[in-house]
Amino acid sequence: MRAFLGLALALLLVGPLATLNASDQSQWPTPLASKPPDQISGPLSGGTGDHTKYDALKQPFTSGPEVTKACLSCHTETGKHFMKNIHWTWEYRNPDTGQMLGKKHLINNFCTNARGNEGMCAQCHAGYGWKDESFDFTDETNIDCLVCHETTGTYYKTPNSEGSPACSIMFEGKPPIDYNLVAQSVNLPQRANCGTCHFYGGGGDNVKHGDLSSALTNPPRELDVHMDAQGLNFACTACHVTKSHVWAGSRYRVIANDEQGTGKPGQRRDVATCESCHGNEPHPVDSLAAFKRNDHISSIACQTCHIPEFARGGVATETDWDWRTAGKTRNGEGYHEHGYTQGNGEERYTYKSIKGTFTYGENLVPLYRWFDGQMDYTTIDTKFDITKPVAINDFTGSREDPRSRIWPFKKMTTWMPADMGNGTLVYNHLWGEDEDSYWGNYDMGRSIAHGMKQFNLPYSGEYGFVETFSYWPITHMVAPKEEALACSDCHAENGRLDGVTGIYMPGRDHNVWVDTIGIIAVIGTLFVILGHALIRFFSSMKTKQGQH
Amino acid sequence: MAIRRVRIFTLFERFWHWSQMFLIVVLMITGFGLHGFHHLLTFEQAVTLHTLAAFSLLLLWAFSIFWLFTTRNWRHFIPTVKGMWQVLRFYSFGIFQGEHHPYRKAYWRKHNPLQALAYLMLKIVLFPLIWVSGLIYLFYFLWRDIPHATQILDSVALIHTGAAFTILVFVMIHIYMLTTGHSFKEHVMPMITGFDDVDLSPEEEAYLLKDEPGVIR
Repeated sequence: MRAFLGLALALLLVGPLATLNASDQSQWPTPLASKPPDQISGPLSGGTGDHTKYDALKQPFTSGPEVTKACLSCHTETGKHFMKNIHWTWEYRNPDTGQMLGKKHLINNFCTNARGNEGMCAQCHAGYGWKDESFDFTDETNIDCLVCHETTGTYYKTPNSEGSPACSIMFEGKPPIDYNLVAQSVNLPQRANCGTCHFYGGGGDNVKHGDLSSALTNPPRELDVHMDAQGLNFACTACHVTKSHVWAGSRYRVIANDEQGTGKPGQRRDVATCESCHGNEPHPVDSLAAFKRNDHISSIACQTCHIPEFARGGVATETDWDWRTAGKTRNGEGYHEHGYTQGNGEERYTYKSIKGTFTYGENLVPLYRWFDGQMDYTTIDTKFDITKPVAINDFTGSREDPRSRIWPFKKMTTWMPADMGNGTLVYNHLWGEDEDSYWGNYDMGRSIAHGMKQFNLPYSGEYGFVETFSYWPITHMVAPKEEALACSDCHAENGRLDGVTGIYMPGRDHNVWVDTIGIIAVIGTLFVILGHALIRFFSSMKTKQGQH
Repeated sequence: MAIRRVRIFTLFERFWHWSQMFLIVVLMITGFGLHGFHHLLTFEQAVTLHTLAAFSLLLLWAFSIFWLFTTRNWRHFIPTVKGMWQVLRFYSFGIFQGEHHPYRKAYWRKHNPLQALAYLMLKIVLFPLIWVSGLIYLFYFLWRDIPHATQILDSVALIHTGAAFTILVFVMIHIYMLTTGHSFKEHVMPMITGFDDVDLSPEEEAYLLKDEPGVIR
C-alpha cells in the first residue's frame, strides 16, 4: 500500500514535468508535420471550398498561365477585377495632383527605374512575362494568381528576360515547380505571399521601407503586435482589406488623418488606417493621461508613438546609397563586399559593382514631420536644380491643415545618376541582353543614353550624380503598448519632436522672456528677503547691545 | 478697547488655507517640472498630478468663494488706505529699529491694509489668471482648430507660466513675512488653532462673551 502511494505521489509530481518536457519538444524547430494555422485575413477567413478537391486543379500543368486559366474557369469575374488594381497596372494617376505614378513610371532612389528594366523588375509584377512594352495588359491569362495565393512556399519567379549572362547565372538551377501542388494549396494571402515582393523592395530584405522585412513572416509580439505569429497572427490583408481585388492603404495617397473611425459594421473596406479598427478614441479612458492621449490623436498619427523604432527584428534597412562608386571591377568583373552584420546574424553587402555603396541601419528612430498624406513625386519629366538635393517624393503638411498629423518617416539619402544638362532624372538601362545594359558593361554613359532613347526622352548626353532624398511613412512594426513612446520622449528639450514646427509643446518650448524675467524675479525676491533679514538681524544686535 | 484671544480663523478657513497651500506646492513642483526645470517626475506623472491638483483647487475655490459671500467674510478683503502708510513704514524702517507692528487686528479686520490688498490682488487677479489660462491650456484639443490656435496657445502658456512665477514670488514673501514680528510660531499658530490677539471694542467683547463664548478666550 505504501509503495503504491509512493508511486502515485511520484507520478503526480513527475507527471506535470513530463508534459512540460513534451510541450518543450513540440516547439523545437523541426519541420512541422501539419501546416501552421491560417493567418487572420478579416471576415473572409475560412473559405467555402477545398481546392485539393477541384478537378480543374488536378489536370496536368506545365506553366503558370495554365493554372491561371484553371482558376478563372471557376472565378469567372476575378480577372476583370484584378486587372484594375495596381499590382497589375503598376500605374496610378493621383486624382489630386494629376501626376502619373506607379512603378511603370516612377523613379526611386534605390534601383532607380523599373521602366525599361521590366525583364528584371517585373518579377514582382503579379503577372507572367512582362519584359518590355509589348506586354499584353488585357490578357487575363497573364495574371499570376499563385504568387499571392499559394501557400507551400515552393513557388518562385525568375526574371522575365535573360539579362546579361553575368546576371542570369544567378537564377539557374532551381527545382521545377510542382504546379498541381501549388495550385491546390491556394488560400487567402499569407504574410509570406505579400512579403515575397514587399519585404524585398529596393533590391533586398527591408532595403526600401524600413518597416517591411522578412522578420514579419513569423514575427514575435515585440516586433508587431498584430502580426504576432503566436498571438493575433494577422495577415497583411487583415488591415489592407480588399474589395474585388482592390486593396486599401496606398502609399501614393495616404489618409494621414482618418476622422471617420470605424464606420458601421462591415462597412469600411476602403482604408487600412488604424482608426478604421481602433476608432477615434483608441485609448481606454482609465486615467487622466489616457484622456490626454485620446486628445493627441488629432495632432499625432498613431504610428508616431506606437512605432518607436523601425528596422527592428534583426533585419537592417538601407539609409544611404551611393551610385557614384558603382562600376568598379576586379579583373574586368563585378564584385561585392560584405561589411555589415545585421541583428539576426546575416551578412549584408556594403558594396556591389552593379549598384554602388550602401549604408545600413537598424532600430532607427524615425524622422517626424507634419504630413497631409499627399506625396509629390519628382518624375522623369520634372526639372530641378542639380546643385541642390532633390526630393524624390516630397510631402506637405502643417499644423493648420486639418488633414495633417505628425507622422514618422524613414528618410533615404542617395547619390544617383541624373541628366546634368537638362536637370532631370534619368531612366537607366540596367537590365538587358544587349551591349548597353549597365548590369553587364558597367558603362553608365551608355546605359543612360539607351534608357532615355528607348522612351524618346530628351537627354543632354551629360550625366552626373545628384543627392536625393526620399521619405517613407512608417506604419508597420507596431510595437506592444508597453513599448510605445512616453510623454517625455517628445515633451522635452531635444526630444523626438524637436524638428517639428508650428506647435507649442510644454516641456519642449519656452518663452525665453518669461523664463528670464521669472527667474530674475524669484532670485531678486530672494535677495531682497535676505537683505531685509540681514538688516533686521544686525539692527536687532545693535538694539540689544544698546540695552546692555 | 481690550486685546483678547479671539478665534479669527474658522475651521473651514484653516482647512482652506492648508489644503490650498498643499495643492499650490504640488502645482508648483509639477508645473515647473512640466516646464522642464526639473525631472523629478515623469511627464505623465507630472501632468496627472498637476491636473488633479488643479481640479481639487478649483473645487476648493468654489467652496471658499461661496463661503466668503455667505458669511460676509469677503469684507475682510475690501481694500483700504487707512493705516497703509504705517505698515509700509514699519516694514521699511521700523522693523529695523525694533518697533512693534503698528497694526492691531480688529474683529472685522483681521488683516492689515497691506495684507488685505495683497490677498485681494491674489484673489481677483493672479488666481483667476492662472486658472483661466490653465483651463484653456488643458482643453487645447477642444479649440485647436480655430484660426491661430498655436499662437493663442503660445500666449496662454506665457500667461500661465508668468502667473506661476508671480505666485512663487508671493509665496516667498508670504513665508518671509511670518518671520517678522514676534516669532515664526506666533504667526503660524493662528492658522492652526484659529485664535489670535484681536483688539475688541467693549461692545464686541460683551457680544462675544455672551453670544459666542467658544470664540473668545
